[in-house]
Amino acid sequence: MTTENRFSLVRYYAAGARTGFQRDLQYRMATFMVLVGFLIEPVVYLSVWSAVARAQGGMVGGFDEGQLAAYYVVWTLVRVYNTAFDPKAWEWRIRQGRINTFLSQPVHMFHRDFSFFMGSKIAWTILWIPIAVVLTLVFRPSIEWHVVNVAAFAIAIWGGYAVRFLVLYVMGMINFWTTRGAAMFGIVSALELIFSGRLVPLQLLPDWAESISTWLPFRWTFQFPIEVLIGRLDTTQIAAGIGYQAAWAAGLGLLFTVVWRRAIRRYEAVGN
Amino acid sequence: MDDPVIAEGLTKTFKVPVRQAGLRESVKSLFRRQFRYVEAVKEVGFRIPAGEIVGFLGPNGAGKTTTIKMLTGLLHPTSGDARVLGYQPWKRDKDLLRRIALVMGQRNNLQWDLPAADSFLLNKAIYGVPDGVFRERLDDYVDRLEVGALLDKPVRNLSLGERMKMEIIAAMLHGPEVVFLDEPTIGLDVTMQRRLRQFVLDQNKEEGVTVLLTSHYMADVSALAERVIVINQGSLLYDGALTGLSNRFSSHKTIRVEASDLPADLDGLGRVVDRNSAQATLEVERDRVSEVASKLLSAATVTDLSIEDPPLEEVIDRVFSGR
Repeated sequence: MTTENRFSLVRYYAAGARTGFQRDLQYRMATFMVLVGFLIEPVVYLSVWSAVARAQGGMVGGFDEGQLAAYYVVWTLVRVYNTAFDPKAWEWRIRQGRINTFLSQPVHMFHRDFSFFMGSKIAWTILWIPIAVVLTLVFRPSIEWHVVNVAAFAIAIWGGYAVRFLVLYVMGMINFWTTRGAAMFGIVSALELIFSGRLVPLQLLPDWAESISTWLPFRWTFQFPIEVLIGRLDTTQIAAGIGYQAAWAAGLGLLFTVVWRRAIRRYEAVGN
Repeated sequence: MDDPVIAEGLTKTFKVPVRQAGLRESVKSLFRRQFRYVEAVKEVGFRIPAGEIVGFLGPNGAGKTTTIKMLTGLLHPTSGDARVLGYQPWKRDKDLLRRIALVMGQRNNLQWDLPAADSFLLNKAIYGVPDGVFRERLDDYVDRLEVGALLDKPVRNLSLGERMKMEIIAAMLHGPEVVFLDEPTIGLDVTMQRRLRQFVLDQNKEEGVTVLLTSHYMADVSALAERVIVINQGSLLYDGALTGLSNRFSSHKTIRVEASDLPADLDGLGRVVDRNSAQATLEVERDRVSEVASKLLSAATVTDLSIEDPPLEEVIDRVFSGR
Protein backbone atom coordinates (compact mmCIF):
# COMPACT_ATOMS: atom_id res chain seq x y z
CA MET A 1 0.00 0.00 0.00
CA THR A 2 1.48 3.37 0.98
CA THR A 3 4.93 1.99 1.71
CA GLU A 4 5.68 2.17 -2.01
CA ASN A 5 5.02 5.91 -2.06
CA ARG A 6 8.12 8.12 -2.44
CA PHE A 7 7.76 11.83 -1.79
CA SER A 8 10.09 14.33 -3.45
CA LEU A 9 9.92 18.03 -2.59
CA VAL A 10 11.29 18.96 -6.01
CA ARG A 11 8.57 16.95 -7.76
CA TYR A 12 6.01 18.48 -5.43
CA TYR A 13 7.19 22.02 -6.27
CA ALA A 14 6.96 21.17 -9.97
CA ALA A 15 3.40 19.88 -9.51
CA GLY A 16 2.38 22.83 -7.34
CA ALA A 17 3.84 25.34 -9.80
CA ARG A 18 2.14 23.55 -12.70
CA THR A 19 -1.20 23.79 -10.88
CA GLY A 20 -0.71 27.50 -10.17
CA PHE A 21 0.29 28.09 -13.79
CA GLN A 22 -2.74 26.21 -15.12
CA ARG A 23 -5.12 27.92 -12.71
CA ASP A 24 -4.07 31.40 -13.80
CA LEU A 25 -4.06 30.54 -17.47
CA GLN A 26 -7.55 29.13 -17.06
CA TYR A 27 -8.67 32.70 -16.40
CA ARG A 28 -6.19 34.33 -18.76
CA MET A 29 -8.54 37.17 -19.69
CA ALA A 30 -9.17 38.03 -16.03
CA THR A 31 -5.45 37.79 -15.31
CA PHE A 32 -4.69 40.01 -18.29
CA MET A 33 -7.21 42.61 -17.11
CA VAL A 34 -5.63 42.64 -13.64
CA LEU A 35 -2.30 43.28 -15.34
CA VAL A 36 -3.78 46.13 -17.33
CA GLY A 37 -5.15 47.46 -14.02
CA PHE A 38 -1.61 47.32 -12.63
CA LEU A 39 -0.61 49.79 -15.38
CA ILE A 40 -2.67 52.72 -14.16
CA GLU A 41 -0.56 53.21 -11.04
CA PRO A 42 2.92 53.31 -12.68
CA VAL A 43 1.69 55.31 -15.67
CA VAL A 44 0.42 58.02 -13.30
CA TYR A 45 3.70 58.03 -11.35
CA LEU A 46 5.72 58.07 -14.57
CA SER A 47 3.75 60.97 -16.03
CA VAL A 48 4.19 63.03 -12.85
CA TRP A 49 7.90 62.38 -12.43
CA SER A 50 8.66 62.81 -16.12
CA ALA A 51 7.01 66.24 -15.94
CA VAL A 52 9.07 67.08 -12.84
CA ALA A 53 12.24 65.92 -14.61
CA ARG A 54 11.45 68.05 -17.65
CA ALA A 55 10.74 71.06 -15.42
CA GLN A 56 14.15 70.58 -13.74
CA GLY A 57 16.04 70.43 -17.00
CA GLY A 58 15.73 66.71 -17.68
CA MET A 59 16.81 65.08 -14.39
CA VAL A 60 15.16 64.28 -11.06
CA GLY A 61 16.89 62.46 -8.21
CA GLY A 62 19.54 61.18 -10.62
CA PHE A 63 16.98 59.78 -13.10
CA ASP A 64 16.52 61.16 -16.61
CA GLU A 65 13.25 60.63 -18.47
CA GLY A 66 14.40 57.44 -20.16
CA GLN A 67 15.59 55.96 -16.86
CA LEU A 68 12.32 56.89 -15.18
CA ALA A 69 10.48 55.13 -17.99
CA ALA A 70 12.73 52.09 -17.56
CA TYR A 71 12.08 52.15 -13.81
CA TYR A 72 8.33 52.09 -14.21
CA VAL A 73 8.24 49.57 -17.07
CA VAL A 74 10.28 47.08 -15.01
CA TRP A 75 8.07 48.14 -12.07
CA THR A 76 5.12 46.41 -13.79
CA LEU A 77 6.97 43.09 -13.91
CA VAL A 78 8.26 43.34 -10.35
CA ARG A 79 4.75 44.15 -9.19
CA VAL A 80 3.63 40.83 -10.66
CA TYR A 81 6.36 39.00 -8.75
CA ASN A 82 5.38 40.81 -5.56
CA THR A 83 1.89 39.34 -5.43
CA ALA A 84 1.61 36.62 -2.82
CA PHE A 85 -0.85 34.96 -0.45
CA ASP A 86 -1.99 37.95 1.59
CA PRO A 87 -3.48 38.17 5.10
CA LYS A 88 -6.99 38.73 3.72
CA ALA A 89 -6.75 35.39 1.95
CA TRP A 90 -5.56 33.85 5.20
CA GLU A 91 -8.60 35.24 6.97
CA TRP A 92 -10.87 33.65 4.35
CA ARG A 93 -9.00 30.37 4.49
CA ILE A 94 -9.31 30.08 8.26
CA ARG A 95 -12.96 31.17 8.37
CA GLN A 96 -13.94 28.71 5.65
CA GLY A 97 -12.11 25.85 7.32
CA ARG A 98 -10.00 25.38 4.17
CA ILE A 99 -6.96 24.99 6.35
CA ASN A 100 -8.24 21.58 7.51
CA THR A 101 -7.56 19.99 4.15
CA PHE A 102 -3.99 21.26 4.08
CA LEU A 103 -3.29 20.26 7.68
CA SER A 104 -4.41 16.71 6.96
CA GLN A 105 -1.87 16.39 4.14
CA PRO A 106 1.78 15.45 4.60
CA VAL A 107 3.19 18.58 2.90
CA HIS A 108 3.39 21.88 4.75
CA MET A 109 0.98 24.39 3.26
CA PHE A 110 3.85 26.87 2.94
CA HIS A 111 5.27 24.73 0.13
CA ARG A 112 1.85 24.46 -1.41
CA ASP A 113 1.28 28.21 -1.52
CA PHE A 114 4.85 29.11 -2.44
CA SER A 115 4.92 26.70 -5.37
CA PHE A 116 1.43 27.71 -6.57
CA PHE A 117 2.45 31.35 -6.70
CA MET A 118 5.69 30.44 -8.48
CA GLY A 119 3.67 28.81 -11.25
CA SER A 120 1.29 31.71 -11.26
CA LYS A 121 4.23 34.12 -11.87
CA ILE A 122 5.17 32.23 -15.02
CA ALA A 123 1.63 32.53 -16.38
CA TRP A 124 1.50 36.23 -15.53
CA THR A 125 4.91 36.85 -17.10
CA ILE A 126 3.70 35.38 -20.40
CA LEU A 127 0.68 37.69 -20.32
CA TRP A 128 2.89 40.63 -19.29
CA ILE A 129 5.06 40.45 -22.43
CA PRO A 130 2.61 42.19 -24.80
CA ILE A 131 2.00 44.86 -22.17
CA ALA A 132 5.76 45.43 -21.85
CA VAL A 133 6.05 45.79 -25.63
CA VAL A 134 3.35 48.48 -25.70
CA LEU A 135 4.87 50.31 -22.71
CA THR A 136 8.31 50.22 -24.37
CA LEU A 137 6.96 51.66 -27.62
CA VAL A 138 5.05 54.41 -25.80
CA PHE A 139 7.54 55.48 -23.10
CA ARG A 140 10.92 54.64 -24.74
CA PRO A 141 12.76 53.41 -21.63
CA SER A 142 16.55 53.53 -21.65
CA ILE A 143 18.15 50.38 -20.30
CA GLU A 144 21.79 49.41 -20.68
CA TRP A 145 21.66 45.67 -21.17
CA HIS A 146 24.38 43.66 -19.43
CA VAL A 147 24.44 39.91 -19.07
CA VAL A 148 25.41 40.23 -15.40
CA ASN A 149 22.46 42.53 -14.70
CA VAL A 150 19.99 40.24 -16.45
CA ALA A 151 21.33 37.21 -14.59
CA ALA A 152 21.29 39.07 -11.27
CA PHE A 153 17.77 40.33 -12.01
CA ALA A 154 16.60 36.73 -12.46
CA ILE A 155 17.84 36.03 -8.94
CA ALA A 156 16.71 39.34 -7.43
CA ILE A 157 13.15 39.19 -8.71
CA TRP A 158 12.65 35.69 -7.28
CA GLY A 159 14.44 36.77 -4.10
CA GLY A 160 12.04 39.69 -3.87
CA TYR A 161 9.13 37.30 -4.32
CA ALA A 162 10.43 35.04 -1.55
CA VAL A 163 10.85 37.94 0.90
CA ARG A 164 7.45 39.47 0.18
CA PHE A 165 5.79 36.07 0.30
CA LEU A 166 7.26 35.54 3.76
CA VAL A 167 6.32 39.04 4.97
CA LEU A 168 2.69 38.43 3.99
CA TYR A 169 2.71 34.87 5.25
CA VAL A 170 3.94 35.91 8.70
CA MET A 171 1.33 38.69 8.74
CA GLY A 172 -1.31 36.17 7.74
CA MET A 173 -0.62 34.32 11.00
CA ILE A 174 -2.27 37.20 12.88
CA ASN A 175 -5.59 35.78 11.68
CA PHE A 176 -5.14 32.83 14.01
CA TRP A 177 -5.58 35.24 16.94
CA THR A 178 -7.94 37.82 15.50
CA THR A 179 -10.28 37.97 12.56
CA ARG A 180 -9.13 41.53 11.91
CA GLY A 181 -5.74 40.72 10.40
CA ALA A 182 -6.74 42.52 7.22
CA ALA A 183 -6.83 45.88 9.07
CA MET A 184 -3.20 45.55 10.08
CA PHE A 185 -2.35 44.57 6.53
CA GLY A 186 -3.77 47.94 5.42
CA ILE A 187 -1.33 49.83 7.68
CA VAL A 188 1.67 47.80 6.57
CA SER A 189 0.66 48.19 2.91
CA ALA A 190 0.75 51.97 3.30
CA LEU A 191 4.27 51.80 4.75
CA GLU A 192 5.27 49.40 2.02
CA LEU A 193 4.03 51.73 -0.69
CA ILE A 194 6.46 54.39 0.48
CA PHE A 195 9.46 52.38 1.62
CA SER A 196 9.54 49.85 -1.20
CA GLY A 197 10.08 52.27 -4.07
CA ARG A 198 6.69 51.44 -5.50
CA LEU A 199 5.29 54.96 -5.16
CA VAL A 200 8.47 56.67 -6.19
CA PRO A 201 12.16 55.69 -6.50
CA LEU A 202 13.62 55.94 -3.01
CA GLN A 203 16.29 58.42 -4.21
CA LEU A 204 13.48 60.95 -4.60
CA LEU A 205 12.52 60.66 -0.92
CA PRO A 206 14.28 62.60 1.88
CA ASP A 207 17.56 61.01 3.03
CA TRP A 208 16.08 59.82 6.34
CA ALA A 209 13.33 57.92 4.52
CA GLU A 210 15.80 56.27 2.20
CA SER A 211 17.93 55.27 5.21
CA ILE A 212 14.93 53.70 6.92
CA SER A 213 14.08 51.77 3.76
CA THR A 214 17.46 49.99 3.92
CA TRP A 215 16.44 48.39 7.21
CA LEU A 216 12.98 47.30 6.10
CA PRO A 217 12.32 44.33 3.82
CA PHE A 218 10.22 46.22 1.27
CA ARG A 219 13.05 47.90 -0.68
CA TRP A 220 14.62 44.50 -1.32
CA THR A 221 11.40 43.11 -2.70
CA PHE A 222 10.65 45.98 -5.06
CA GLN A 223 13.15 48.70 -5.91
CA PHE A 224 16.21 46.50 -5.69
CA PRO A 225 15.29 44.12 -8.57
CA ILE A 226 14.27 47.11 -10.72
CA GLU A 227 17.59 48.88 -10.14
CA VAL A 228 19.49 45.69 -10.90
CA LEU A 229 17.94 45.36 -14.36
CA ILE A 230 18.05 49.00 -15.38
CA GLY A 231 21.74 49.12 -14.53
CA ARG A 232 21.82 51.57 -11.63
CA LEU A 233 23.80 49.29 -9.32
CA ASP A 234 27.39 48.05 -9.52
CA THR A 235 28.38 44.45 -8.85
CA THR A 236 29.12 45.10 -5.17
CA GLN A 237 25.74 46.73 -4.63
CA ILE A 238 24.02 43.87 -6.43
CA ALA A 239 25.79 41.29 -4.28
CA ALA A 240 24.94 43.27 -1.13
CA GLY A 241 21.28 43.52 -2.18
CA ILE A 242 21.03 39.79 -2.79
CA GLY A 243 22.67 39.35 0.61
CA TYR A 244 19.98 41.54 2.21
CA GLN A 245 17.29 39.47 0.47
CA ALA A 246 18.85 36.24 1.72
CA ALA A 247 19.10 37.62 5.25
CA TRP A 248 15.49 38.80 5.24
CA ALA A 249 14.29 35.49 3.79
CA ALA A 250 16.21 33.56 6.45
CA GLY A 251 15.02 35.82 9.29
CA LEU A 252 11.40 35.79 8.16
CA GLY A 253 11.57 32.05 7.54
CA LEU A 254 12.74 31.56 11.11
CA LEU A 255 10.08 33.92 12.44
CA PHE A 256 7.43 32.07 10.44
CA THR A 257 8.54 28.73 11.87
CA VAL A 258 8.19 30.05 15.43
CA VAL A 259 4.88 31.85 14.87
CA TRP A 260 3.43 28.94 12.88
CA ARG A 261 3.97 26.54 15.78
CA ARG A 262 2.06 28.84 18.12
CA ALA A 263 -0.62 29.61 15.55
CA ILE A 264 -1.30 25.99 14.85
CA ARG A 265 -1.36 25.16 18.55
CA ARG A 266 -4.01 27.83 18.93
CA TYR A 267 -5.93 26.46 15.94
CA GLU A 268 -5.77 22.97 17.45
CA ALA A 269 -7.26 24.37 20.62
CA VAL A 270 -9.99 26.45 19.01
CA GLY A 271 -10.60 24.69 15.70
CA ASN A 272 -12.96 25.62 12.92
CA MET B 1 -0.40 -5.58 15.48
CA ASP B 2 -2.38 -3.00 17.43
CA ASP B 3 -5.70 -1.66 16.20
CA PRO B 4 -5.23 1.17 13.70
CA VAL B 5 -7.64 3.51 15.48
CA ILE B 6 -7.67 3.81 19.26
CA ALA B 7 -9.38 6.56 21.24
CA GLU B 8 -9.10 6.64 25.03
CA GLY B 9 -11.02 9.13 27.13
CA LEU B 10 -10.94 11.74 24.37
CA THR B 11 -12.28 15.03 25.63
CA LYS B 12 -12.48 18.38 23.90
CA THR B 13 -13.61 21.53 25.63
CA PHE B 14 -14.02 24.76 23.67
CA LYS B 15 -13.87 28.21 25.24
CA VAL B 16 -16.66 30.14 23.58
CA PRO B 17 -17.19 33.92 23.92
CA VAL B 18 -20.71 34.84 25.01
CA ARG B 19 -22.55 38.13 24.87
CA GLN B 20 -26.16 39.11 25.38
CA ALA B 21 -27.92 40.98 22.62
CA GLY B 22 -28.15 44.78 22.67
CA LEU B 23 -25.97 47.86 22.46
CA ARG B 24 -25.26 48.01 26.17
CA GLU B 25 -23.96 44.45 26.17
CA SER B 26 -21.82 45.24 23.10
CA VAL B 27 -20.13 48.11 24.94
CA LYS B 28 -19.76 46.03 28.09
CA SER B 29 -18.08 43.24 26.14
CA LEU B 30 -15.43 45.72 24.97
CA PHE B 31 -14.13 45.93 28.52
CA ARG B 32 -15.00 42.55 29.93
CA ARG B 33 -15.40 39.59 27.65
CA GLN B 34 -17.28 36.66 29.01
CA PHE B 35 -16.74 33.08 28.08
CA ARG B 36 -18.30 29.76 28.70
CA TYR B 37 -16.84 26.32 28.31
CA VAL B 38 -18.51 23.84 26.00
CA GLU B 39 -17.62 20.18 26.32
CA ALA B 40 -17.95 19.05 22.70
CA VAL B 41 -16.58 15.56 23.36
CA LYS B 42 -16.55 13.87 26.75
CA GLU B 43 -14.39 10.88 27.59
CA VAL B 44 -14.99 9.09 24.31
CA GLY B 45 -13.15 5.82 23.86
CA PHE B 46 -13.22 3.07 21.24
CA ARG B 47 -10.97 0.87 19.13
CA ILE B 48 -11.34 0.01 15.47
CA PRO B 49 -9.56 -3.11 14.24
CA ALA B 50 -7.88 -3.16 10.82
CA GLY B 51 -10.23 -3.57 7.89
CA GLU B 52 -13.41 -2.70 9.78
CA ILE B 53 -16.01 -0.16 8.70
CA VAL B 54 -17.60 1.60 11.65
CA GLY B 55 -20.57 3.92 11.45
CA PHE B 56 -20.24 6.93 13.71
CA LEU B 57 -23.70 8.26 14.49
CA GLY B 58 -25.04 11.25 16.31
CA PRO B 59 -27.31 14.23 15.78
CA ASN B 60 -25.93 17.61 14.67
CA GLY B 61 -23.57 18.99 17.29
CA ALA B 62 -23.10 15.59 18.95
CA GLY B 63 -19.31 15.76 18.67
CA LYS B 64 -18.75 13.48 15.66
CA THR B 65 -16.76 15.95 13.57
CA THR B 66 -14.78 17.14 16.61
CA THR B 67 -13.82 13.52 17.32
CA ILE B 68 -12.82 12.97 13.70
CA LYS B 69 -10.79 16.19 13.77
CA MET B 70 -8.92 14.92 16.81
CA LEU B 71 -8.29 11.58 15.14
CA THR B 72 -6.95 13.26 12.00
CA GLY B 73 -4.73 15.68 13.90
CA LEU B 74 -6.69 18.87 13.26
CA LEU B 75 -7.56 19.37 16.90
CA HIS B 76 -5.61 18.77 20.08
CA PRO B 77 -7.76 17.10 22.74
CA THR B 78 -8.23 18.81 26.09
CA SER B 79 -7.57 15.45 27.70
CA GLY B 80 -7.42 11.79 26.79
CA ASP B 81 -5.33 10.06 24.20
CA ALA B 82 -5.61 8.60 20.73
CA ARG B 83 -3.48 6.52 18.42
CA VAL B 84 -4.00 6.22 14.68
CA LEU B 85 -1.68 3.70 13.03
CA GLY B 86 0.41 3.95 16.17
CA TYR B 87 0.79 7.75 16.07
CA GLN B 88 -0.69 10.48 18.22
CA PRO B 89 -2.59 12.22 15.42
CA TRP B 90 -2.17 15.82 16.64
CA LYS B 91 1.60 15.47 16.30
CA ARG B 92 0.85 15.23 12.58
CA ASP B 93 3.71 12.92 11.76
CA LYS B 94 4.18 12.91 8.00
CA ASP B 95 4.19 9.12 7.90
CA LEU B 96 0.74 9.09 9.50
CA LEU B 97 -0.63 11.78 7.17
CA ARG B 98 0.58 9.78 4.17
CA ARG B 99 -1.36 6.75 5.37
CA ILE B 100 -4.74 8.29 6.18
CA ALA B 101 -7.38 10.24 4.28
CA LEU B 102 -10.08 12.63 5.37
CA VAL B 103 -13.12 13.35 3.23
CA MET B 104 -15.51 16.01 4.48
CA GLY B 105 -18.67 16.00 2.41
CA GLN B 106 -19.24 19.70 2.90
CA ARG B 107 -15.72 20.79 1.97
CA ASN B 108 -14.15 20.96 -1.43
CA ASN B 109 -10.59 19.63 -1.51
CA LEU B 110 -10.14 19.81 -5.26
CA GLN B 111 -8.85 22.69 -7.35
CA TRP B 112 -12.09 24.50 -8.07
CA ASP B 113 -11.12 26.04 -11.41
CA LEU B 114 -9.25 23.09 -12.88
CA PRO B 115 -10.34 19.66 -14.06
CA ALA B 116 -10.23 17.03 -11.30
CA ALA B 117 -7.46 15.25 -13.23
CA ASP B 118 -5.12 18.13 -12.29
CA SER B 119 -5.98 17.77 -8.60
CA PHE B 120 -5.24 14.06 -8.88
CA LEU B 121 -1.80 14.84 -10.30
CA LEU B 122 -1.17 17.25 -7.44
CA ASN B 123 -2.18 14.58 -4.92
CA LYS B 124 0.15 12.17 -6.68
CA ALA B 125 3.00 14.59 -5.91
CA ILE B 126 1.80 15.32 -2.36
CA TYR B 127 1.81 11.63 -1.47
CA GLY B 128 4.64 10.58 -3.78
CA VAL B 129 2.58 7.93 -5.57
CA PRO B 130 4.70 6.19 -8.25
CA ASP B 131 3.56 6.68 -11.86
CA GLY B 132 2.51 3.07 -12.51
CA VAL B 133 0.56 2.72 -9.25
CA PHE B 134 -1.12 6.08 -9.82
CA ARG B 135 -2.19 5.22 -13.36
CA GLU B 136 -3.44 1.79 -12.36
CA ARG B 137 -5.49 3.10 -9.42
CA LEU B 138 -6.84 6.07 -11.32
CA ASP B 139 -8.00 3.91 -14.25
CA ASP B 140 -9.62 1.48 -11.84
CA TYR B 141 -11.43 4.12 -9.76
CA VAL B 142 -12.52 6.15 -12.78
CA ASP B 143 -13.91 3.00 -14.32
CA ARG B 144 -15.74 1.92 -11.16
CA LEU B 145 -17.25 5.32 -10.49
CA GLU B 146 -17.93 5.95 -14.19
CA VAL B 147 -16.38 9.40 -14.33
CA GLY B 148 -14.11 8.98 -17.37
CA ALA B 149 -16.00 11.61 -19.36
CA LEU B 150 -15.76 14.13 -16.52
CA LEU B 151 -12.02 14.09 -15.91
CA ASP B 152 -11.29 17.08 -18.13
CA LYS B 153 -14.21 19.17 -16.89
CA PRO B 154 -13.42 21.96 -14.38
CA VAL B 155 -14.56 20.97 -10.90
CA ARG B 156 -16.77 24.06 -10.64
CA ASN B 157 -18.82 22.69 -13.55
CA LEU B 158 -19.47 19.31 -11.93
CA SER B 159 -22.68 18.44 -10.12
CA LEU B 160 -22.47 17.79 -6.37
CA GLY B 161 -22.59 14.03 -6.91
CA GLU B 162 -19.93 14.12 -9.62
CA ARG B 163 -17.73 16.28 -7.43
CA MET B 164 -18.07 13.89 -4.49
CA LYS B 165 -17.02 10.99 -6.69
CA MET B 166 -13.91 12.97 -7.61
CA GLU B 167 -13.30 13.84 -3.95
CA ILE B 168 -13.41 10.16 -3.04
CA ILE B 169 -11.03 9.27 -5.87
CA ALA B 170 -8.62 12.02 -4.78
CA ALA B 171 -8.74 10.71 -1.20
CA MET B 172 -8.06 7.10 -2.23
CA LEU B 173 -5.30 7.52 -4.83
CA HIS B 174 -2.47 7.32 -2.32
CA GLY B 175 -3.80 4.05 -0.91
CA PRO B 176 -4.71 5.19 2.62
CA GLU B 177 -4.93 2.52 5.29
CA VAL B 178 -7.45 4.46 7.38
CA VAL B 179 -10.13 6.68 5.88
CA PHE B 180 -12.32 9.14 7.77
CA LEU B 181 -15.49 9.90 5.86
CA ASP B 182 -17.51 12.76 7.31
CA GLU B 183 -20.93 12.91 5.63
CA PRO B 184 -19.62 11.75 2.26
CA THR B 185 -23.07 11.36 0.72
CA ILE B 186 -24.67 14.54 2.04
CA GLY B 187 -27.01 16.10 -0.51
CA LEU B 188 -26.58 13.30 -3.07
CA ASP B 189 -29.40 11.48 -4.82
CA VAL B 190 -30.10 7.84 -4.02
CA THR B 191 -28.27 6.45 -7.07
CA MET B 192 -25.19 8.49 -6.39
CA GLN B 193 -25.24 7.48 -2.71
CA ARG B 194 -25.42 3.83 -3.70
CA ARG B 195 -22.53 4.20 -6.14
CA LEU B 196 -20.29 5.81 -3.53
CA ARG B 197 -21.24 3.26 -0.88
CA GLN B 198 -20.34 0.41 -3.21
CA PHE B 199 -16.99 2.03 -3.94
CA VAL B 200 -16.16 2.38 -0.25
CA LEU B 201 -17.25 -1.20 0.37
CA ASP B 202 -15.05 -2.46 -2.48
CA GLN B 203 -12.05 -0.54 -1.14
CA ASN B 204 -12.65 -2.08 2.23
CA LYS B 205 -12.98 -5.63 0.88
CA GLU B 206 -10.18 -5.47 -1.70
CA GLU B 207 -7.62 -3.22 0.00
CA GLY B 208 -8.53 -3.82 3.64
CA VAL B 209 -9.09 -0.10 4.24
CA THR B 210 -10.32 0.77 7.74
CA VAL B 211 -13.18 3.26 7.61
CA LEU B 212 -14.80 5.52 10.19
CA LEU B 213 -17.94 6.90 8.61
CA THR B 214 -20.32 9.55 9.81
CA SER B 215 -23.59 9.98 7.99
CA HIS B 216 -27.11 11.13 8.64
CA TYR B 217 -28.32 8.62 6.08
CA MET B 218 -29.07 5.35 7.79
CA ALA B 219 -28.91 3.63 4.40
CA ASP B 220 -25.19 4.48 4.29
CA VAL B 221 -24.62 3.03 7.70
CA SER B 222 -26.68 -0.13 7.25
CA ALA B 223 -25.09 -0.80 3.84
CA LEU B 224 -21.52 -0.35 5.01
CA ALA B 225 -21.13 -0.90 8.72
CA GLU B 226 -21.78 -3.90 10.89
CA ARG B 227 -20.69 -1.93 13.92
CA VAL B 228 -21.85 1.50 15.01
CA ILE B 229 -20.70 3.98 17.61
CA VAL B 230 -23.42 6.34 18.79
CA ILE B 231 -22.53 9.65 20.37
CA ASN B 232 -24.84 12.32 21.73
CA GLN B 233 -24.02 15.59 23.50
CA GLY B 234 -20.38 14.59 23.38
CA SER B 235 -20.80 11.30 25.21
CA LEU B 236 -20.62 7.80 23.86
CA LEU B 237 -24.01 6.09 24.11
CA TYR B 238 -23.47 2.85 22.28
CA ASP B 239 -20.67 0.89 20.70
CA GLY B 240 -21.63 -2.42 19.19
CA ALA B 241 -23.31 -4.33 16.42
CA LEU B 242 -25.74 -2.42 14.25
CA THR B 243 -28.23 -5.20 14.82
CA GLY B 244 -27.91 -4.76 18.58
CA LEU B 245 -28.93 -1.13 18.41
CA SER B 246 -32.62 -1.97 18.31
CA ASN B 247 -32.33 -4.40 21.23
CA ARG B 248 -30.63 -1.76 23.29
CA PHE B 249 -32.68 1.29 22.48
CA SER B 250 -36.04 0.00 21.29
CA SER B 251 -38.39 -1.66 23.74
CA HIS B 252 -40.67 -3.05 21.04
CA LYS B 253 -40.81 -4.97 17.79
CA THR B 254 -43.20 -4.76 14.90
CA ILE B 255 -45.50 -7.70 14.06
CA ARG B 256 -47.21 -7.72 10.66
CA VAL B 257 -49.96 -10.25 10.24
CA GLU B 258 -52.19 -11.22 7.32
CA ALA B 259 -55.35 -13.26 7.94
CA SER B 260 -58.82 -13.34 6.43
CA ASP B 261 -60.43 -13.62 9.87
CA LEU B 262 -58.45 -11.21 12.04
CA PRO B 263 -60.06 -10.72 15.47
CA ALA B 264 -61.92 -7.44 15.77
CA ASP B 265 -60.11 -6.45 18.95
CA LEU B 266 -56.32 -6.47 18.77
CA ASP B 267 -55.73 -3.75 21.36
CA GLY B 268 -54.89 -6.18 24.13
CA LEU B 269 -52.00 -7.58 22.07
CA GLY B 270 -50.11 -4.36 21.43
CA ARG B 271 -50.39 -0.94 19.90
CA VAL B 272 -52.21 -1.16 16.57
CA VAL B 273 -50.25 0.94 14.11
CA ASP B 274 -52.26 0.04 11.03
CA ARG B 275 -55.04 -2.36 10.16
CA ASN B 276 -57.62 -3.25 7.54
CA SER B 277 -59.88 -6.25 7.16
CA ALA B 278 -57.13 -8.73 6.23
CA GLN B 279 -53.95 -7.18 7.58
CA ALA B 280 -52.65 -5.55 10.74
CA THR B 281 -49.41 -4.03 12.01
CA LEU B 282 -48.80 -4.11 15.75
CA GLU B 283 -46.12 -2.60 17.94
CA VAL B 284 -45.40 -5.15 20.63
CA GLU B 285 -43.10 -5.06 23.66
CA ARG B 286 -40.06 -7.23 23.11
CA ASP B 287 -40.72 -9.64 25.95
CA ARG B 288 -44.27 -10.28 24.71
CA VAL B 289 -43.42 -10.93 21.05
CA SER B 290 -43.62 -14.74 21.12
CA GLU B 291 -46.73 -14.69 23.30
CA VAL B 292 -48.52 -12.28 20.93
CA ALA B 293 -47.40 -14.22 17.86
CA SER B 294 -48.81 -17.45 19.34
CA LYS B 295 -52.08 -15.77 20.18
CA LEU B 296 -52.42 -14.42 16.66
CA LEU B 297 -51.63 -17.81 15.12
CA SER B 298 -54.23 -19.53 17.26
CA ALA B 299 -56.91 -16.84 16.96
CA ALA B 300 -56.94 -16.52 13.18
CA THR B 301 -56.13 -18.32 9.93
CA VAL B 302 -52.83 -16.59 9.41
CA THR B 303 -51.44 -16.56 5.85
CA ASP B 304 -48.38 -14.48 6.69
CA LEU B 305 -46.73 -13.21 9.85
CA SER B 306 -43.47 -11.30 10.20
CA ILE B 307 -41.61 -9.98 13.24
CA GLU B 308 -39.27 -7.06 12.61
CA ASP B 309 -37.13 -4.61 14.47
CA PRO B 310 -38.35 -1.04 14.05
CA PRO B 311 -36.67 0.90 11.22
CA LEU B 312 -33.15 2.12 12.05
CA GLU B 313 -34.18 5.75 11.57
CA GLU B 314 -36.83 5.32 14.25
CA VAL B 315 -34.41 3.71 16.69
CA ILE B 316 -31.83 6.42 16.11
CA ASP B 317 -34.44 9.10 16.54
CA ARG B 318 -35.43 7.48 19.82
CA VAL B 319 -31.80 7.42 20.97
CA PHE B 320 -31.12 11.05 20.06
CA SER B 321 -34.33 12.42 21.47
CA GLY B 322 -33.93 10.42 24.67
CA ARG B 323 -37.37 8.85 24.37
